[in-house]
Amino acid sequence: MVAYVIKRVGLALLVIFVVSLVGFLALRLTGDPAVAMAGEASSEADIRNIRLQYGFDRPILIQYADWLGRAVRGDFGVSNYFRLPVSDLIMSRFPTTALLAAFSISFALIISIPLGIIAAVRQNSWIDRLALLFAVSGQAMPNFWLALLLIVLFSVTYPLLPPSGSGEWVNFIMPTIVLGTHAMPALMRLTRNGMLDVLASDYMRTARAKGLRWYTVLFKHGLRNAMIPLVALTAVQFGFLLSGSIVTEAIFALHGLGHLAWESITRRDIPTVQAVLIILATFYTLLTLLGDLLNAWLDPRIRVS
Amino acid sequence: MAEKVLKVDVPRIPFSRFQKKLGGHVGLLVGIVVISVMVLMALFAPWIAPDDPYRQDLDARLIPPIWHATGTWDHPLGTDPLGRDYLTRVIYGSQIALITAGLVVAIAGTIGSLMGIAAGYFGGKVDMVVSFMISVRLSMPVVLVALAVVAIVGGSLTVIIWVLGLLLWDRFAVVMRSATMQIRSLEYVTSARAAGCSTPRILFSEILPNLTGPLVVVTTLEMAHAILLEAALSFLGLGVQPPLPSWGLMIAEGRGYLFFDPWVVTVPGVALFVLVFGINLLGDGVRDITALENRN
Repeated sequence: MVAYVIKRVGLALLVIFVVSLVGFLALRLTGDPAVAMAGEASSEADIRNIRLQYGFDRPILIQYADWLGRAVRGDFGVSNYFRLPVSDLIMSRFPTTALLAAFSISFALIISIPLGIIAAVRQNSWIDRLALLFAVSGQAMPNFWLALLLIVLFSVTYPLLPPSGSGEWVNFIMPTIVLGTHAMPALMRLTRNGMLDVLASDYMRTARAKGLRWYTVLFKHGLRNAMIPLVALTAVQFGFLLSGSIVTEAIFALHGLGHLAWESITRRDIPTVQAVLIILATFYTLLTLLGDLLNAWLDPRIRVS
Repeated sequence: MAEKVLKVDVPRIPFSRFQKKLGGHVGLLVGIVVISVMVLMALFAPWIAPDDPYRQDLDARLIPPIWHATGTWDHPLGTDPLGRDYLTRVIYGSQIALITAGLVVAIAGTIGSLMGIAAGYFGGKVDMVVSFMISVRLSMPVVLVALAVVAIVGGSLTVIIWVLGLLLWDRFAVVMRSATMQIRSLEYVTSARAAGCSTPRILFSEILPNLTGPLVVVTTLEMAHAILLEAALSFLGLGVQPPLPSWGLMIAEGRGYLFFDPWVVTVPGVALFVLVFGINLLGDGVRDITALENRN
């Protein structure tokens, strides 16, 4: 187990490092950051000044090393739109996004686990088909469109919820539904498939043959094993929700990391974009790492191979 | 996500039996019908569409669709805030969605499949490098990277297609890798190797044909993914640029009229939903058929 943990942690660190490098190069090589920062109505001299001031004239790898050296100490530079340290911005915005992701994943799990179990137990029944239809529809639903439909329904037709804003818990309801719906299909399918595999297994038949009650078998023997793959997927989905919140937060003007990313992208605020990218990538990597480790802990077969 | 969700079994069935299965799967048939209709709509747009998608008529702005009391048959789906016929724009929008889906999948599919097949077949160091690249790619949030690149380079259909094509190869690589691994250890591959076939020959005539099933499944899933992403980017203003009739862009243009004329937003959204729904049904259907055959 210790060797496995060390290997996975090392790999995760390497992934984060490479993401930071690729992200840095991608943002720098696709366009001149000085031109982007200066804006359209700027003179050659302005651009040259910005280039010198921010050190954009140095070789790109030197710039990267410089940036990385500061970043590991928590210094992501100063946002050139907000005129604040980027790390302060991130710290102030992160709780909102974390809360939104936590709400959304809970909402998704509360609906998808029972639905997946019922669909598996009653395989090929109308409820199984309905669950499948629900999953396919959920996957096909453009999240920004769902957001607008919810606004029409709950802010215009029935004015129950505020269409945008942040700070109050009511502001989280519609974003939670939108993001949760996005995560639901995959979780539901995995619960159903996991449960189907378990239901067909020998130990379930043995437990039934012993004369144990049906629901004891289902919940004590079945569910526990079916949940193993779900743990990893939940961690991964949580990571996706952190980054998937950009569109949702932009629509509902919910001031989290996603909204910060959106604002800084439209304002060509490159230091902030870079910082958000690396923070989101780090969280995603940590969550997948956590999922893998939990899996290895729950299922000894994984850590041996 | 891809690794955990996508359990694609490798099909080893003749096409005739595949055809037999096809008839009994309702979802698959619905998917095929939806996609056929959309493709026909895109191909014959100039002949089907009642109007020019770019012709503005400022005297006929925001005419409601036919199911409203004030709707007229001149504009069955109404007109947009610039007085352009909405039915026409929805029809032309299918071209943008399908072109994006097709080209993005062509680019991403080529990159991902090559990487996945190489990793699955050669294993060892190649597999390590490819798996690492997949991890790196997965931890970069697609929407964020795409938005940032488009913001710097400038939005256009070409840029969107390239950006998404260069980002969405991960699932192809994951699935092709595991499918190739399964096939590699099968007897006919071992026999081919024992018979002295060259590596390219084994890859092209023994392995590649058997990857069709999983490839079709991933292709459909990624097409759906690409269409939704293009729409989302265009909706945020960092995608396809006006006056092109992208469904995502149409939703964005109608957003300001959401409170009084919600159909401006619902109509292109329904088109988007129906197309993606159809593609997903097709993908699920193909997966069901190939997986079922394997279990029997």
